[in-house]
Amino acid sequence: MSSDQERMLARAAREVVPGQIVNLGIGLPTRLFHYLPPEMEVLVHSENGVLGCQPLANGGEPDLEMIDSGGAYIGTRPGASVFDSALSFAMIRRSRVDVTFMGAFEVDQQGNLANWKIPGKFSPGIGGAMELAQKVDTLVVLCSHNDKQGNPKILRQCRLPLTAPRCVSRIITEKAVMEVTDAGLEVIDIAEGLEVAALRAATEAELIIDEHRLGRF
Amino acid sequence: MTLLNQKHTTIEAAIATIPDGASIMVGGFGSPGTPFALLDELLAQGQSHLTLIKNDANEPDIGIGRLIRAGRVDRLITSHIGLNRIAIEEMNQGRLAVEMHPQGLLAEKIRCAGAGHYGFLTDIGLDTEIAEGRREIECDGRTWAIEPAIRADVALVHADLADAYGNLVYRGTAINFNPLMAMAADRVIAQAFRVEAPGYLAPETIHTPCAFVSRVVRVDETTSEQGRRTHVV
Repeated sequence: MSSDQERMLARAAREVVPGQIVNLGIGLPTRLFHYLPPEMEVLVHSENGVLGCQPLANGGEPDLEMIDSGGAYIGTRPGASVFDSALSFAMIRRSRVDVTFMGAFEVDQQGNLANWKIPGKFSPGIGGAMELAQKVDTLVVLCSHNDKQGNPKILRQCRLPLTAPRCVSRIITEKAVMEVTDAGLEVIDIAEGLEVAALRAATEAELIIDEHRLGRF
Repeated sequence: MTLLNQKHTTIEAAIATIPDGASIMVGGFGSPGTPFALLDELLAQGQSHLTLIKNDANEPDIGIGRLIRAGRVDRLITSHIGLNRIAIEEMNQGRLAVEMHPQGLLAEKIRCAGAGHYGFLTDIGLDTEIAEGRREIECDGRTWAIEPAIRADVALVHADLADAYGNLVYRGTAINFNPLMAMAADRVIAQAFRVEAPGYLAPETIHTPCAFVSRVVRVDETTSEQGRRTHVV
């Protein structure tokens, strides 16, 4: 894992409040697991039907019937429960999950999210992303600021099919932490050593930046 | 319906009741809860032109991946097939018809059939691409999509424990779609690591009452080794 990703995950862990129920999406968000202090009272929800999963102890023998939605073997913490898939999504649709972290292909300044389909190239199905995006109160996107060709992923308007409209609360990339507000996309933190002009150049969306209040991470 | 005292049978006899062209629900989210032994018997017996309903497509060399690879599946109703490159290839080549649903809607459509309903109303996916082709209805001043239930001819489910009447207990994250599918098909075949005498399971611990189950077969615990993969940490 790159140092950029480690910095993003450490920053993302600060979004979690003790006592919350937290869902971690497949990919980088799953790794957030390891950045939440073990003594912190949070229950991690995985949509395949578990509330209260935790990383398998190092060298621990895996239980073949205990995985998270990304397919990794997991353990459970005190207070955990397991349940069927309909109940798992009832928990999501009833907004009993407080915060979810997800990756993105594109996210825009209105808070629209596209992370499931690239027509003609990538369409393995949407899995649980649509219901999580639409129903969880706080959705934090955790993604690279630009794609592999260097094109911006933080856009004025998403072009790919949406996972859900106006669902994103915050975006954490290696370059910035941004909040979706009624006024637009407001930069809260900027990466250590990065100039505001360089951030704007790497971003298609309009950014609201108050340099006096800007945090570093 | 099978009489209570005739449900505990062999895997060969249980799977032999499935005809060509059947629609079959298959439990499991990834490997846990996938009835690997029942699926391998289905592969061995040769039924074809199947419609499968499963959350995912397993991986190419295990579970329903083997049936897809052998060309025995015409149609797959699912939510995500990202771990099975063969299924994606078959879909892209037009040899496998794939119908995708958001995962929670798929679960609810199955639950709904199991509860004996036509369907349900939801606001999931309004204003997205999946809304295309769905029927919508106004109720109490809001727009809802109509989601019809999904039933099947057969369900293949995996339980941890069963009794000879077909009462089932699931374990861990192997629960997933199994109890839902065990109510939504006309004929339900369950595999379990142990099949005990009636009375062994405390009544309040039973997840699926035997009224929904047609056949129960005991399978060896090592059969789940097929589902073991090297995972990312």
